Amino acid sequence: MKGILGTRLGLGRQTIAYPEGPARFPERFRGRPALATERCAGGCRACAEVCPTEAITGAGSPSLRLDTGACLFCGLCEEACPERAIVFTRDYRLAARSREALHVTGDVPRLAAALDERMRRLFGRSLKLRQVSAGGCNGCEAELNAAGNVQFDLSRFGIQFVASPRHADGVVVTGPVTDAMRPALLATWEATPAPRLLVAVGACACSGGPVVGSDVCANGLEGVVPGVPVDLWIPGCPPHPVTVLDGFLRLLGRLEGGELRVEGTGVLSPEDRGPAGG
Amino acid sequence: MPGRILLLANGQATDARAVPRLPVDTFQQLVADALTAGARVSACFGEAEDGAVRVTAALANDSEGTVGLLSTVARGSLPSLAAECPALERFERALLERHGLLPAGHPWPRPVRRVDEAGATFFAMSGDEVHEVAVGPVHAGIIEPGHFRFQCHGEHVFHLEIALGYQHRGVERLLAAGPDRRTMALAESIAGDTAVGHALAAARAQEGLAGVEAPPRAAALRGVALELERLANHVGDLAALAGDVGFLPTASYCGALRADFLNALAELCGNRFGRSLVIPGGVRFDVPADAARRLADRLAASFARVEAAAELFFASPSVRNRTDGTGVLGREAASSLGMVGPSARASGLRVDVRSTHAFPPYTVDRIPVVTSQAGDVFARAWVRLEEARASARLVDRWLRDLPAGPVRTAVPALPPDRLVVSLVEGWRGELCHSVATGPGGRFSVYDVVDASFHDWKGLELAMRGEQISDFPLCNKSFNLSYAGHDL
Repeated sequence: MKGILGTRLGLGRQTIAYPEGPARFPERFRGRPALATERCAGGCRACAEVCPTEAITGAGSPSLRLDTGACLFCGLCEEACPERAIVFTRDYRLAARSREALHVTGDVPRLAAALDERMRRLFGRSLKLRQVSAGGCNGCEAELNAAGNVQFDLSRFGIQFVASPRHADGVVVTGPVTDAMRPALLATWEATPAPRLLVAVGACACSGGPVVGSDVCANGLEGVVPGVPVDLWIPGCPPHPVTVLDGFLRLLGRLEGGELRVEGTGVLSPEDRGPAGG
Repeated sequence: MPGRILLLANGQATDARAVPRLPVDTFQQLVADALTAGARVSACFGEAEDGAVRVTAALANDSEGTVGLLSTVARGSLPSLAAECPALERFERALLERHGLLPAGHPWPRPVRRVDEAGATFFAMSGDEVHEVAVGPVHAGIIEPGHFRFQCHGEHVFHLEIALGYQHRGVERLLAAGPDRRTMALAESIAGDTAVGHALAAARAQEGLAGVEAPPRAAALRGVALELERLANHVGDLAALAGDVGFLPTASYCGALRADFLNALAELCGNRFGRSLVIPGGVRFDVPADAARRLADRLAASFARVEAAAELFFASPSVRNRTDGTGVLGREAASSLGMVGPSARASGLRVDVRSTHAFPPYTVDRIPVVTSQAGDVFARAWVRLEEARASARLVDRWLRDLPAGPVRTAVPALPPDRLVVSLVEGWRGELCHSVATGPGGRFSVYDVVDASFHDWKGLELAMRGEQISDFPLCNKSFNLSYAGHDL
């Protein structure tokens, strides 16, 4: 018992300061991409040509557009752009209420809107979720698990992942939705009592991600549950647990306002942020 | 059998036409002899060829550090070696599923990755009080999907059959369309918890085909990333094992400490799983010496805490009681199944690509192969801690003394008609990417074998005679990949 307590004391406080305080991110963390479309011209397609998932459209013109639902946040476009028209910021706030809102055309913070009054009253202080991995590579699953650990501690806001859809208020889907998992996903959805939420987590669930166009998967969750729109889209490959936390807290109306609170980790200095020359 | 088996080193490319084409019976005999003599099947893949299937086997010889290649052309069926060499049985089923090549005489040729909507056939027992328990594909936690079918008498498990395929995304087919701009993203998505390992296997395969080598500084940074991935997962597994036996201190401490290693990966490349770090020709990001030193200092402090948290776990009588003798997989069974990784080493097998098929930086800094003899849950946990220790030492050494020079080198367009077998020791064990090029340097073969492909059968056997309530614990002690298996 003494060893247990001693070790516990040695670890100190593990739960992150966010949302009351800042969240810490390393220099190289790539959050919301900011586009300076006025710098993009002349038909240069360098960014689009390196993008693994064709997330960039309108390259070389002022209608430059980046779909963060398809984006893997690899930063290859930023590296390729000679004009710095695409720069990944450390803004971790990425979740959106519609698929369309995942597109970026400029440099505007993305703050997911809250549910309506009735749903907030129902779920605002207690939201139980059932997770279904439908072809997720275990990246998003790992980050959802991490969101529940002592550091990110989703449960301090009453948000928990539960073992049965019968106990759940919503279904959180990862993966592109493989043909093989579609029936089990639909059965899980059917087993979840209404009113219920449908949430897509990760590039695969938002768009098919790296396996977009596969002949044995859907291209993400859109349209998979007939007639049911997705309530929250959380992009990333995988999304950082703070991005997950931010998305759910804003959905529930537990977090409002646009203040960005990011702190560094002090390992690298800002001038070392970029990739090595090649 | 020199002349009839082409011997290569790990990552060394060859003229694809140099792989011996043998009559079916010679091929079978050579494969069976090699396996009996202690070789392992790293890969066994097919290519459609004029209405027939060309089957190529890659056999790892751990004592010589070579990969032996041989092939045959079969039409319709191939006599099964599964009963004689159980390590081949899943490869034979995969050949049936992908190429329609019937493994004649295979004792149980069920699908590997195809989920049968109408209901698959499972081995069933009968008897007065024998009953069947079906679990999955959706499980209670945030876990990937798979289906488990137990034959039980009360709590006692006679037999477990695991049906996978729910995660099948067609990754190999998408990879085979390359090389292209999504090749590396796909490799990193084979198993998202092994992004560095698979990216490294893919990058080294392409470097081998192109005949270039990553610079020493890149090799060291790749080593750092691969060992950080191992540390994060092994520490996370210790947490999960503690959780499954209800020993909550280590569950929460190691659960939190795992993040330090993921965050260290994010320091290197911006992503907690090390995505976008490894590229053909090297790594995308460098680390200045002072930052590397700061990172090493923090990691040393983190690992000291892991040691303390793990000590609580291993010293607790209640933990010993739940893990000693639970889920035993004997050395002989592990060996005949061709198992790899910590699960194999916990059963006494000295298999570790970093040691036996070493590539830089492991050619300079040799890695100790950690083994245990017990083959139980305790051994699989203990091997993880010992391996994490070795990883922590290596990461520290590399970060404090990075070789000078660039971190990437240019990779020319791939030449046609080359073949390479690239092996990397991921945290779960051997990862094998067998890649061949055809006309124009495009991939003609891209075959992936994740460690889990070798190891799932081991979990089935380890559950025999156990209580069904110990399944979560046994499952976690193997912690195999569904996505990596299903591809």
